[in-house]
Amino acid sequence: MSTIITDKPHAALHDLTQDPRYIGQSPERPSARRLVQGQGCYVDDIVLPRMAHVVFWRSPVAHCRITGINAEFSRLMPGVLLVADGPDLAKICKPWVATLGHLAGMKSAPQYPLAIKRACWQGEPVVAIVAETRAQAEDALQYLQVEWTLLPAAVDMETALDPDTPVIHPELGDNLCFTRSLDVGQVDAAFAGADHVLAATFEFGRHTGVTLEPRCQIADWSSAEQRLTVYHSQQAPHMMQDLYARQFSIAETAVRVICKDVGGSFGIKVHAYPDDFATVALSMMLGRPVKFVADRLESFTSDIHARHHLVKARIAVRNDGEILAFEMNDLTGIGPFSMFPRTSAIEGNQVVNLVGGPYKHQHYRAKLEVVFQNKTPTCQYRGVGHPIACAVTEGLVDLAARAIQMDPLEIRRRNVIPDDAYPCSGISGIKFEGLSHEACLARLEELMDYKALRAEQAALRVKGIYRGIGIAALIELTNPSAAFYGVGGARIASQDGATARLDPNGGVTVMVSVGEQGQGNDAIFTQIAADAVGVDMAQVRVVTGDTEVTPYGGGTWASRGAGVGGEAVLLAGQALRANILRVAAVILQREAAEIELYRGDIIDAATRAVLTPLAEVGRIAYFRSDLLPRNFTPELSVTRHYAQRDYPFIFTNGVQASYVEVDPDTGFVKLLKHWAVEDCGRVINPRLVDEQIRGAIVQGIGGAMLEECLYDSQGLMLNANMADYLVPMCAEMPDIEVAHIQTPTKSSQLGAKGAGEAGTAGAPAAVMNAINDALAPLNAQVLSQPFTPEKLLRALGKV
Amino acid sequence: MSDLQTIRLHVNGQPHSCAVPARLHLVDLLRDELGLKGSHLGCEHGVCGACTVEVDGRVVRGCLTLAVQADGRQVRTVEGMKDLPDARALQQSFIRHNALQCGFCTPGMLMAARELVQHKPDATREEVREWMSGNFCRCTGYHAIVDAVCEVLAQRNLESAA
Repeated sequence: MSTIITDKPHAALHDLTQDPRYIGQSPERPSARRLVQGQGCYVDDIVLPRMAHVVFWRSPVAHCRITGINAEFSRLMPGVLLVADGPDLAKICKPWVATLGHLAGMKSAPQYPLAIKRACWQGEPVVAIVAETRAQAEDALQYLQVEWTLLPAAVDMETALDPDTPVIHPELGDNLCFTRSLDVGQVDAAFAGADHVLAATFEFGRHTGVTLEPRCQIADWSSAEQRLTVYHSQQAPHMMQDLYARQFSIAETAVRVICKDVGGSFGIKVHAYPDDFATVALSMMLGRPVKFVADRLESFTSDIHARHHLVKARIAVRNDGEILAFEMNDLTGIGPFSMFPRTSAIEGNQVVNLVGGPYKHQHYRAKLEVVFQNKTPTCQYRGVGHPIACAVTEGLVDLAARAIQMDPLEIRRRNVIPDDAYPCSGISGIKFEGLSHEACLARLEELMDYKALRAEQAALRVKGIYRGIGIAALIELTNPSAAFYGVGGARIASQDGATARLDPNGGVTVMVSVGEQGQGNDAIFTQIAADAVGVDMAQVRVVTGDTEVTPYGGGTWASRGAGVGGEAVLLAGQALRANILRVAAVILQREAAEIELYRGDIIDAATRAVLTPLAEVGRIAYFRSDLLPRNFTPELSVTRHYAQRDYPFIFTNGVQASYVEVDPDTGFVKLLKHWAVEDCGRVINPRLVDEQIRGAIVQGIGGAMLEECLYDSQGLMLNANMADYLVPMCAEMPDIEVAHIQTPTKSSQLGAKGAGEAGTAGAPAAVMNAINDALAPLNAQVLSQPFTPEKLLRALGKV
Repeated sequence: MSDLQTIRLHVNGQPHSCAVPARLHLVDLLRDELGLKGSHLGCEHGVCGACTVEVDGRVVRGCLTLAVQADGRQVRTVEGMKDLPDARALQQSFIRHNALQCGFCTPGMLMAARELVQHKPDATREEVREWMSGNFCRCTGYHAIVDAVCEVLAQRNLESAA
């Protein structure tokens, strides 16, 4: 059995609090006991009085004109309460156009909760049927008659801009959503002067998130109060509160969004979907709570997709291993609409920013084209552009290493930005505060016993066994500032807040604007608050996921929960501790400097003698204000906010390695082992971080090896079910060893950077390089994900 | 669809008599009629394993089993695990190893793991991976789940040797 490996810090980590007990340790997650006993509360578990259920008729084709909707028979079915279409809902919900001001020239078209007159992708919701039960709604759906005529579709992204391809939104002029070019240094000269130029075309399959709990919500419009409550499986409750208020023209204070347990999110549940707005509209029309739970089949065509990119790229390298330049052209298709409100141009934009990221070359040229097509909209999904940029970069670096016959680890060592060069800028203009590529490479070499593994590989190759080792260095964007969305006009908070309150019995309640979808935010917030205040973890209760209860904040995305939300909790905990000591000083008639708060008691700082328990401070502060001086009021609830403002983003770095065995006769790849060395700054809870990284790696492996939304030439998804769309299961996944280098960010006291997405960023590249290392003696390579047995056999010339 | 069938079954040891439509799935009976929300619906076509429950001692997909098929049978769900020492050991081990994140797959995982503990007590790490591969977890990467199950197997083997 392998063990969790947690390293000593790279740089000495200072103590954050006077009595550090929990930060940096792996105590039990507060929610774990509840979840293993099946006592979670997910949206579909919630039953409200008079709750109705909605199902949607979705477009069965990629592009069609809706010529008639006959709901007469559906309305006659038992239990049916309402059948509504696009024009019905447009009367109360405004359309939206998802663009961002800082993505120059970006365009999209107005989108409605339910399609009006035409549907633009297979799976777009067109008609809603609400009934007393889900089964009744589904029965009635069978009797709905929708007449439609097929419209010509723009299916393939490769031909989306061709003159004879239909323009999906004629008012936009063409199918180009966004384009960006970047040219830094003397790229042509660098390529002309290189000893070797290696070019390759990388392809990434369109895939999707497959959260085990599908998207779901309950909208509950109170006609008496004119107030909306939405129970939502979502990552950004305040963002949804703002959007519901604006799209329905109601006051923000009239909207409450509650996120209880969320069954996985990964970016799938950070967007505003047409059926989200439709469900709210239906609740308003009926004056009853309406529940929507996507079934798995409709999830496949209505959850966002991601990652279909075609990247033509090249690298210039010298014989001594110095990388001189990268150049790449990225084409990506995003469906017929840019997704609301984060937009669908971010993923490609990230690829431009991140290609070549770990390295010190001075010449880089990139071009990006983001095009519309009649397929399910794509948007931000775990890793957002990173897996593409990393695979392109690291695939090219391996090609270069092979061309100059240099060890893949060695070429990376020679080219990464050195650990002592920070702060500095990357060639695309991104700002790095402090990274540790050299330390991570050294740690990886040791962790995987690189030399021994190479020897084993060579020995087995003689026996006709083809094993490969792949390495991928990476950077990951975390702790974003307002540069991500706010500057572009999207009302998505970059700051987060925490309110810490001393309860009368000495407990501490902490309300945090960052929620929990399984990462363990509840655990790390509890750890941080307990250490910051000076109480046992058992005394701390963390509350998240309710816009009416917590401070305002951004939520979970871009690996910001620990770094941004955690810092807000630390600041609030410290402030509460100071306020508690002020109250205790008054009660004890001592100077505040003479006393300390230590493990739930007020003690004498000099003698360490217990003076009074916290519960006594709470009792007097709350119930016996008559005993306190008239000019003194205890403030035992404090709120603090934090926004990262020192850099646009705080980048993390890491390196991964994959060890695989390829069967040249069948094309099957066995994943033998995976290693990750990660630098996410201060590790708050090693066990949680390690499993975040492992889960992200497996999600990356899914895209690299198994997952792809397959479409036919008409734009119909061929494998929109879990039997045909393959996700990683336990048996084919490798054991994953994780180690850490810790370079804390100086932009916060906590020093934590994000850890949620690096695994997904690096895994596809590591696996690709491992497969191609195994295939190298057979003069074959694969660069199109997912790496299916068929693609390997084609590369080997066997089919 | 109004034709109701009367079935009698035990769920976590408690007798129930229910009038159910013939098309009702077992997991919908458990969740919607009996209020046992611990069994989850992830795909409703028998692939993801989130709805895994035990019928007469063997695990089944609650989304592929009709409620009427449970007539006269003993059904066990995650809510009934508290009565079983091996299930409790698995729950503890899952907590210790952080073998769960969002928790949506966890009840089904525990059901599958308990069957493994009962039927294949000498399973190797690779065999544990094979056995558990009928349940989808999008969060953990499986590594910690495998660790958690292996630890329980090892503990039990130690106990039975002693």
